[in-house]
Amino acid sequence: MQAIRRIRSRTIVLPAANVDTDQVFPARFLTTTSRQGLGLALFADWRFDASGGLRPEFVLNRPESAGCSILVAGRNFGGGSSREHAPWALLDYGIRAVISTSIADIFFNNAVKNGLLPVIVDEDTHQWLLTHPGAELEIDLEAMTVTLPDGRRAEFPMEAFARHCLLHGVDELGYLISCLPAIEAHERANAR
Amino acid sequence: MRESEADGIQGDHPGPAREPLHLARLMTAQSMFEKIWRAHEVVPESGESPAVLYVDLHLIHEVTSPQAFTLLRSRGISVRRPDRTLATLDHATPTDSQQIFGGVPIRLESAARQIAELERNAAGSGIELLGLRDERRGIVHVIGPELGMTQPGMTIVCGDSHTSTHGAFGTLAFGIGTTEVGHVLATQCLLQHKPKTLAVEVRGKLSRGVAAKDLVLAIIGQIGVAGGSGKVIEYRGETIRAFSMDERMTVCNMSIEAGARAGMIAPDETTFEYLRGRPQAPSGADWDRALATWRRLASDKDAKFDSEVKLDAADVEPMISYGTNPGMTIPIGGNIPMRDDEAFLKALHYMGFAPGEALAGKAVDVVFIGSCTNSRLSDLRAAADLLRGRKVAGGVRMLVVPGSQQVKRAAEAEGLHEVFIGAGAEWRESGCSMCVGINGDTAAAGRYVVSTSNRNFEGRQGQGARSLLASPVTAAAAAITGRITDPRELMA
Repeated sequence: MQAIRRIRSRTIVLPAANVDTDQVFPARFLTTTSRQGLGLALFADWRFDASGGLRPEFVLNRPESAGCSILVAGRNFGGGSSREHAPWALLDYGIRAVISTSIADIFFNNAVKNGLLPVIVDEDTHQWLLTHPGAELEIDLEAMTVTLPDGRRAEFPMEAFARHCLLHGVDELGYLISCLPAIEAHERANAR
Repeated sequence: MRESEADGIQGDHPGPAREPLHLARLMTAQSMFEKIWRAHEVVPESGESPAVLYVDLHLIHEVTSPQAFTLLRSRGISVRRPDRTLATLDHATPTDSQQIFGGVPIRLESAARQIAELERNAAGSGIELLGLRDERRGIVHVIGPELGMTQPGMTIVCGDSHTSTHGAFGTLAFGIGTTEVGHVLATQCLLQHKPKTLAVEVRGKLSRGVAAKDLVLAIIGQIGVAGGSGKVIEYRGETIRAFSMDERMTVCNMSIEAGARAGMIAPDETTFEYLRGRPQAPSGADWDRALATWRRLASDKDAKFDSEVKLDAADVEPMISYGTNPGMTIPIGGNIPMRDDEAFLKALHYMGFAPGEALAGKAVDVVFIGSCTNSRLSDLRAAADLLRGRKVAGGVRMLVVPGSQQVKRAAEAEGLHEVFIGAGAEWRESGCSMCVGINGDTAAAGRYVVSTSNRNFEGRQGQGARSLLASPVTAAAAAITGRITDPRELMA
């Protein structure tokens, strides 16, 4: 997992509310046993028409979106299916942070475990971001701030453990394995 | 699992190792969620780290597990508790009898590869797999309860968001991602932040023709698709108490559609009667001991919830969805609301509907009865009761996909398959099928599908397909008339 400290990028804005993980990564691509190259299927039904041609009007297909690594989404992003293919596909495509006012629980958990930064901002900041696509932002995970082009700063929450893992590019499994003595003691005490 | 399962239940008493804390906790009334959470805390949450939470039962399937096994292999880690893990095939698995039993190769090559990979992974780690032709195979959330593996007081996880279904038994059960599947395989534990609690209290009696599915759609309509975010829902009240286990599972199943982490219902005599004698349920003296523990699980009388919602069941009508998320529903005789925001209009455009329109009378193309929401025996009975002596309307394709092979056999023993086949429906093998459309069971673009499943997201049942969520009896009514129909009009 890649460490994250600062992300500087222009934004791609997808204003629709309640974008679910079936949109992020349609189910028919789930019959894969790998987690590589899933960016090809990212938002597949919005990016491509029935014959596989690009839909030029979709935001990811516009020339100004090339190279952007921050996605600003409408409220309640990532609901529905628990498929981790959604954050895998976003990362593979080049997205490194998703900003919204609320992000669904399972997607949020899956994102931080893969080094995709979920950023929850206040309504005012969100409104500004939705109405200024392409704005150049700086997200600072250490300070937990998003800096807008005019220098205004919005804070975002990130609990200490996830922040530590993201800042250092370490995953949680190592920590869980270090808890094995406590896990074994718990099993003995509870006859599990 | 098996033997140790019953032991695990008795073990749910907080052990002597944590006596001081335990005593302090006894002073305050606890919710069922808090009791189960605390009994499974290996390391409590602190300012620096989330809680390490013990998992009693880990269910895995072919679609969200392969990358987890790859992760373990890359770290040289083996599966820690194969005895607490059960594998089944459901998501990408065909429901065509010929491909399961007839010797015809699985048509979808990528699905065949996933199935073969789970077979290899399970065999290589000593995990029991209910394989393609196993009579106990079925949808992961149907078989856990059916086999008696889902037991009150447990923590249950699965790489599937509808794991909340098991909460109907007074378990803490929730969906996880594939990385977390790897964590549980490696350590039998998960890192979790303690969610908040939401009590949903339902009073009164459902009217005739109104099902548990309609109630949960009404609940989601009321609290919204993000109304349960960060929360565990406890469904309470006399309506819930009067529900069968099948009905309770339907309600808990859709908790995730309100964004909730989990849904739970306190175990009671209905729960115990359901479990008694199931293959993996405790028996003999173990059963008596388990029962004594289970009876203490319900929320204490003065337990506090972070928030509370109340509903009157008598107000609920047969519901149907009109949009592209499960919060977009109306009573079947109602009209689509008048709104003009972008997301709403986009959803209606996808569905081919206009604001203010009535849905009743609109033509449908496909009817799907199945999914972990509504594929149990009572669901099939409800649909068959309406279909008996009637035919599926011309031009309508109806699929009936039992939740498990055992549900299928039980339905056949009652002759339900003859009702479905006689009416012109397809009687298929068990699996997730058209709920998620991975296995090739899909509807074509633009087609209207009245579906007993849980999600009406864009493309969920096939690229461009339009899903209308409803109860089994409402789905059966649509099959008979070929139109969206209030089932009460067809009930004798």
